[in-house]
Amino acid sequence: MSTAPTLLSVERLSKSYGGVHAVRGVSFELKGGEILALIGPNGAGKSTCFDMLNGQTRSSSGRIKLLGQDTTGRKPREVWRLGVGRTFQITATFPTMTVRENVQVALLSFRRQLFNVWASTPRFAEVEAGHLLELVAMGGYAERPCGELAYGDLKRLELAIALANEPKLLLMDEPTAGMAPRERIELMRLTARIAREKSIGVLFTEHDMDVVFEHADRILVLNRGTLIAEGSPEQVRRNPEVRAIYLGEGLVYDARHREGASA
Amino acid sequence: MAFYVVQFLTGLASAASLFLVASGLSIIFGVTRIVNFAHGAFYMLGAYAAYTLTERLSGAFGFWAGILGAALIVAAVGVLVEMILLRRIYHVPELFQLLATFGLTLMVEDLVVLIWGPSDLLGRRAPGFKGAVDFFGQNIPTYDLFLIVLGPIVLAALWLMFQRTRWGVLVRAATQDRDMVAALGVNQKWLFTSVFALGVFLAAFGGALQIPRDAVNHAMDLRIIVDVFVVVVIGGLGSIVGAFVAAVLVSELNAFGILIFPKISIILVFLVMAVVLIVRPWGLFGKPEAAARRTPGLTLNPWRPLTTQERMLALAGLILALAVPLVAGNYALTVGSEIAIFVIFAASLHFLMSVGGLASFGHAAYFGLGAYGVAFLAKLAGLPMLLCLLLGPLLGVLGAAVFGFFAVQLSGVYFAMLTLAFAQIVWSVAFQWVELTGGDNGILGVWPEKWAASPSHFYCLSIGIAALAVAALRVLVFSPFGFALRANRDSPLRSEAVGIDGKRIQWTAFVIAGGIAGVAGALFAYLKGSVFPDSLGISLSVDALVMVLLGGVDTVSGAVVGAIIYKALSIWLVSQTDLSKLVLGGVIILIVVAFPKGVVGVLETIRNRRRSHSKDSSLLRSQIESAE
Amino acid sequence: MQRSRGFLGVALALAVGGMADSAMAQSEIKIGEINSYSLLPAFTEPYRKGWQLALEEVNAAGGINGKKLVVISKDDGGKPADAQTAANELTSSENVAMLTGTFLSNIGLAVSDFANQKKIFFLAAEPLTDAITWAKGNRYTFRLRPSNYMQAAMLVEEAAKLPAKRWATIAPNYEYGQSAVAVFKKLMSEKRPDIQWVEEQWPPQGKIDAGPVVQAVAAANPEAILNVTFGADLVKLVREGNTRGLFKNRSVVSFLTGEPEYLDPLKDETPEGWIVTGYPWYSIKTPEHQAFLKAYQAKYNDYPRLGSVVGYQTIKSAAAILAKANSTDPDKLIAAAEGLSVPSPFGQITFRKIDHQSTMGAFVGKTALKDGKGIMVDSVYRNGADYQPSDAEVAKLRPKE
Repeated sequence: MSTAPTLLSVERLSKSYGGVHAVRGVSFELKGGEILALIGPNGAGKSTCFDMLNGQTRSSSGRIKLLGQDTTGRKPREVWRLGVGRTFQITATFPTMTVRENVQVALLSFRRQLFNVWASTPRFAEVEAGHLLELVAMGGYAERPCGELAYGDLKRLELAIALANEPKLLLMDEPTAGMAPRERIELMRLTARIAREKSIGVLFTEHDMDVVFEHADRILVLNRGTLIAEGSPEQVRRNPEVRAIYLGEGLVYDARHREGASA
Repeated sequence: MAFYVVQFLTGLASAASLFLVASGLSIIFGVTRIVNFAHGAFYMLGAYAAYTLTERLSGAFGFWAGILGAALIVAAVGVLVEMILLRRIYHVPELFQLLATFGLTLMVEDLVVLIWGPSDLLGRRAPGFKGAVDFFGQNIPTYDLFLIVLGPIVLAALWLMFQRTRWGVLVRAATQDRDMVAALGVNQKWLFTSVFALGVFLAAFGGALQIPRDAVNHAMDLRIIVDVFVVVVIGGLGSIVGAFVAAVLVSELNAFGILIFPKISIILVFLVMAVVLIVRPWGLFGKPEAAARRTPGLTLNPWRPLTTQERMLALAGLILALAVPLVAGNYALTVGSEIAIFVIFAASLHFLMSVGGLASFGHAAYFGLGAYGVAFLAKLAGLPMLLCLLLGPLLGVLGAAVFGFFAVQLSGVYFAMLTLAFAQIVWSVAFQWVELTGGDNGILGVWPEKWAASPSHFYCLSIGIAALAVAALRVLVFSPFGFALRANRDSPLRSEAVGIDGKRIQWTAFVIAGGIAGVAGALFAYLKGSVFPDSLGISLSVDALVMVLLGGVDTVSGAVVGAIIYKALSIWLVSQTDLSKLVLGGVIILIVVAFPKGVVGVLETIRNRRRSHSKDSSLLRSQIESAE
Repeated sequence: MQRSRGFLGVALALAVGGMADSAMAQSEIKIGEINSYSLLPAFTEPYRKGWQLALEEVNAAGGINGKKLVVISKDDGGKPADAQTAANELTSSENVAMLTGTFLSNIGLAVSDFANQKKIFFLAAEPLTDAITWAKGNRYTFRLRPSNYMQAAMLVEEAAKLPAKRWATIAPNYEYGQSAVAVFKKLMSEKRPDIQWVEEQWPPQGKIDAGPVVQAVAAANPEAILNVTFGADLVKLVREGNTRGLFKNRSVVSFLTGEPEYLDPLKDETPEGWIVTGYPWYSIKTPEHQAFLKAYQAKYNDYPRLGSVVGYQTIKSAAAILAKANSTDPDKLIAAAEGLSVPSPFGQITFRKIDHQSTMGAFVGKTALKDGKGIMVDSVYRNGADYQPSDAEVAKLRPKE
């Protein structure tokens, strides 16, 4: 895995709102096919980090390099064009379209057909859209109005949308939030499988430590905007500072009942 | 020097009147999100009621009691309106309430003439404030001084009410998040009613206070309503301090502006608004609008292209329409042409509103530009009709390209108001540039050539172009471009995250809609044989908005039906009765209550419900399968 | 009509139906009347009463050569486009012999252009714009009420006698206001090359912010003021002007202000001594007017406004034209109307052949207060025939046929 190219490198990334430092000097790297978790208590700056990575928020200082290109200050759509898929903490989909159309929109954007005024979208890349939906086990829902979906299904749909541009990097902000425990494990397994197959790098934040420790190759721990630990799940688990923070939150991963893990 | 001080004070007095009315509108909008078009009507009712009361009650006490009493009576009317009408339609999509209040305004305009007669009424002067005080040789009316003091007092009173009372806290909370307040267990119904009552009270109070210096008449509402909207938007929606500052800004700029440019008044507020919105997209004191929530339950049925069967039906309808000349006389055909033209116009706005989520309040600008484009080409360049019809709309395209660029940077009501400002600017250019446009006397003699001159030929031409335009817009809706536009409307966040440049897409849509509106305008010029600044005016923009809302925003082609109903009805009513506004307003309100999703919207819901009955079982099965 | 039906493959039977329609109207003659009834009821209500009275009189006297005169009236909502729709309905569906009416200048022009295109006779009642008989005049259009130019010329005659040299103008910012000021200035400067124009204010029609306007005019310290505003704007202007002393020791010349429509709403705030054009119905003692006044008051129990006279005379003139032509053919109507003299409450008037303008005049006098109401005093009738440019000039103004 160490031979894989560096997908993302972040150097001393900071963000402050007024005088408040949300993120302070965060640096890390991510390689192709690697699954990297970003964890930390609420308000640690995880979402801010994410928003800076895909251009949603402008960083105050620091540099972001994606696939060898400096993308600091670029807009989300430009970052996306470089091959970055994104899912949101609160799902963002197109509620007035069907599930399939949601994916089709991403596909037609990927193929630069946005200003095509003639083709019929319902028939545009139907097959590919179907494949993507099958991939996230949403094939049976293709014709359903997106606005009717349960939250867990929306999360999977978002993943399908995020995969539409054949990304090299996936940014997933709490991909399993709001899902039933069994669904969480399934979704992350799915993600991990796709990532390994297609050699996609994944950066995700997560509160569910089961998910984190089962799937992450490496973990970054953020607290009050600073990176306090980094390493393999085992290393992070043993880190006393991390334990202190998480114990303080009453969050001890191995004490919890791992339902559905064997399903 | 004394002159400038007095001019400044005069401006402040004007500002105070404006602020009273504007604050009410701002409060209502802030909490209920209702674009209360009837606010001007309440202002006018306040003035009429005050006139009647002050004529009956004598003495100083009688006068002031009359003013306050009038405001209270009208506020009570407002409460009735809120409870009987608006409560029924809070849940429908934003802007639909605009339609109801528009209908109400139409009715009130005719009602005041029926009740108080057509003549301008001269109210009493305010006891104790009849004269003027001398200020270094300049006279300042004491009533102006009274208003100058009253403005800040009302501002302070409102501020205290919102900061220091439990009710005020709730209202402020509701301004920020309606659902949250509802979740807190507050009786939202009464909160809305009380807010509406307060807003109407302020409007009526503002109107009542005009009687010592104005003539009470049945056009007062339209004189003030647009200005008040502009003031509210400049100040920032929901901000009362903003409304105050904006009122002062606009009034002072007018007071001093006319010293240098005596003709500036006609356009000043719109210029100020355009500049403010371009520099500060949320007004002076406004905050970024929370993303408009789409009402749940309304958009569950995704759009789909017509089935083959439906296509045949549409074709049959078209053939039927083309066969009308076989049976109808010239007048019916001319009316038919006019309806067809408004179908094009409404469809173009509908595309912008329903697919793009961009409610333009100034769409007539591009209609009118298309009409003027034709008039210039035909009269000045002497080009043949076919060429004019092709090239004339380009003026609409050009206008839409320039104004659209700025407008799409904004969203929601701010977008609407910026488009309105641009339309008014174009209107005033057409109105003032007499050498080129003939001013309000228009450009005459733009008649069709022989091949299209007969009513039946022109009718077929109009129907043909309307069918093409509607079909083209439908193709557009289901094209990748249409989906990109809808994607951006549904979720700007997601669409940006899948590489869609929302602003560019919206801008393109704006230009397309402007161009098609221009086509409608071009035909209109030939239909009427003349072009007047009216064709760029607010009332035409509002007409288009009404047609779209009547048909149903959340439909693909609702505007077609909306345009046919509205235009046919209004032409027929104007021809049949002088009280056309009263009847039309009543019909609009009935439709709003009976068809809260628009006529087509309700029809589609019924159709979908019927279809989903048959589909439900199979869906359920697939759901179970995939769950396993 | 026949040809157009051929275009689509013809249904002959229906064409026959169309002919039957026109055959039915043999026993009566229809006039199509259009005005801004819903937008401007204050002016159009008295107008309507006026023409209804005239219609009654015409039919009581035997109609038009034995045929009953029928007026079909339509509202235009104050919009030129709607006025055209109405004109279309009247000519296509109702087969009217002629169109009459309109108040606003732009609507008058729109209907006049329609008349020219569709070759229909049009008698414009109230629009004031000079364009309707001159720059945009056409052979199908005639106009009754004294034009902008005529009113200006009548006022200039009086205004030129004033000693004032520094003049300011206040006029609504649209074509009517602009051309009224332009004509007044031109005629005034011809008679009095010594005067100066020191200030002009152009408030938007219907939306005057009177305080700043009055203050701005006062600051220029003119000796005399020309006012062209009317209606609610005039009320606001007068009220602010009175309070701020704008009119004190200044001469004011004002268009139309003496018409009851505009003067009456001013009530006890009527400024005194303004030189105005208008209609002092209470002090016109000619027998023609007495007869009209008596009939009007008997029918409506109300006094007439200027609109009443215009409405009355519109239908009276139309009836005279129809009777003389003894036909509904537009060309014959034009031939009958050109140079036709008809009696009116203001005396005999003539429709000029050269520009189709009637010679109906107006009263010029001064405003005064009486019993808390505004009236016109010292008023003199000015015959419209005397306030026209020379025929050579008029010929130049009108487009060549």
